[in-house]
Amino acid sequence: MSELHTVNKSPFEKSSFDSCMAHVLEGSAVLLYEDGVYAATKGTAAAAKVAAAGGVKFYVLGPDLKARGLSEERLTDGVEVVDYAGFVDLAAEYGKVVSWV
Amino acid sequence: MSEEIKKFLYLNRRAPYGSIYAWEALEVVLIGAAFDQDVSLAFLDDGVYQIVKGQDTAGIDMKNFSPTYSALGDYEVTKLYVEKESLEERGLTVDDLMDLKWEDEDEDWAEKDSIILVSREELAKVIEGQDVVFSF
Amino acid sequence: MAIEVNGKTLETDEEGYLVNLNDWVPEVAEIMAKEDGLELTPEHWDIINFLREYYEEYQIAPAVRVLTKAVGKKLGKEKGNSKYLYALFPYGPGKQACRFAGLPKPTGCI
Repeated sequence: MSELHTVNKSPFEKSSFDSCMAHVLEGSAVLLYEDGVYAATKGTAAAAKVAAAGGVKFYVLGPDLKARGLSEERLTDGVEVVDYAGFVDLAAEYGKVVSWV
Repeated sequence: MSEEIKKFLYLNRRAPYGSIYAWEALEVVLIGAAFDQDVSLAFLDDGVYQIVKGQDTAGIDMKNFSPTYSALGDYEVTKLYVEKESLEERGLTVDDLMDLKWEDEDEDWAEKDSIILVSREELAKVIEGQDVVFSF
Repeated sequence: MAIEVNGKTLETDEEGYLVNLNDWVPEVAEIMAKEDGLELTPEHWDIINFLREYYEEYQIAPAVRVLTKAVGKKLGKEKGNSKYLYALFPYGPGKQACRFAGLPKPTGCI
């Protein structure tokens, strides 16, 4: 069964993102929120991992992005912005949520 | 009181909204500024995210405290060291940061830059030269 | 605690500061001043308005010495001293004026 993985910690401060990336399987999705959104920005080590992950969809929570002063142009290609309702839809769509905190 | 002026450095290493550290540090700096010491701040690691411009917290129901960094000059905190490598690792440049200034009362309130861009090596030297270092 | 303003009850904290900044209307200052035995003059309002603008810009209420310096710069040297400000706000220009202005207690106010 495909899963929705969520990460809410900065990839620079904690290993949550790296650990998530090491366990995410093809057909699953990763949603980045709170300080996790930093993993979705260009020019970072995390961006290379996002680009290298085949068959995995990436989402980022828009309000958390805006709060941190990050415009959508900063996002790594292929990362989609969702709002809170979109977060809920994803959780419902994937059935199982795996949180990397 | 004829106490000697001490050099205080506040190390800011956390992103602004994921934890309370950034705001707490700012409050401590503002309160501590009443004691007439030589205070400076350093932004490194995720701390550089604290002073990224264009922050808008309306969507996450938290106080946007980024404007408060602009008040530091009024509190005579005029040296904000920003580590270059920390910016680079995050895909940021100094142009992505707020334009933080202080006004020099002795020069008819001339505006001067507060941000001092330093390398990791230079910041290590700055830390070495302090009397007290507070970490957040 | 609370105060009655224009027939509405506004919540205040244990020291009398407004809990919700957005509750503030000029009458808040008038009523709080009356309770403290003060009549607000245009000189009081200069300071109250200045504090509200400062908060709007920086999201903090300034410490007294910051207020003093900033008032001196904006309203003239003769007003930028604690003697002038304490004469207007005997309970302390930071604490009392901020309360009238609907702001929280100043950051760095001991």
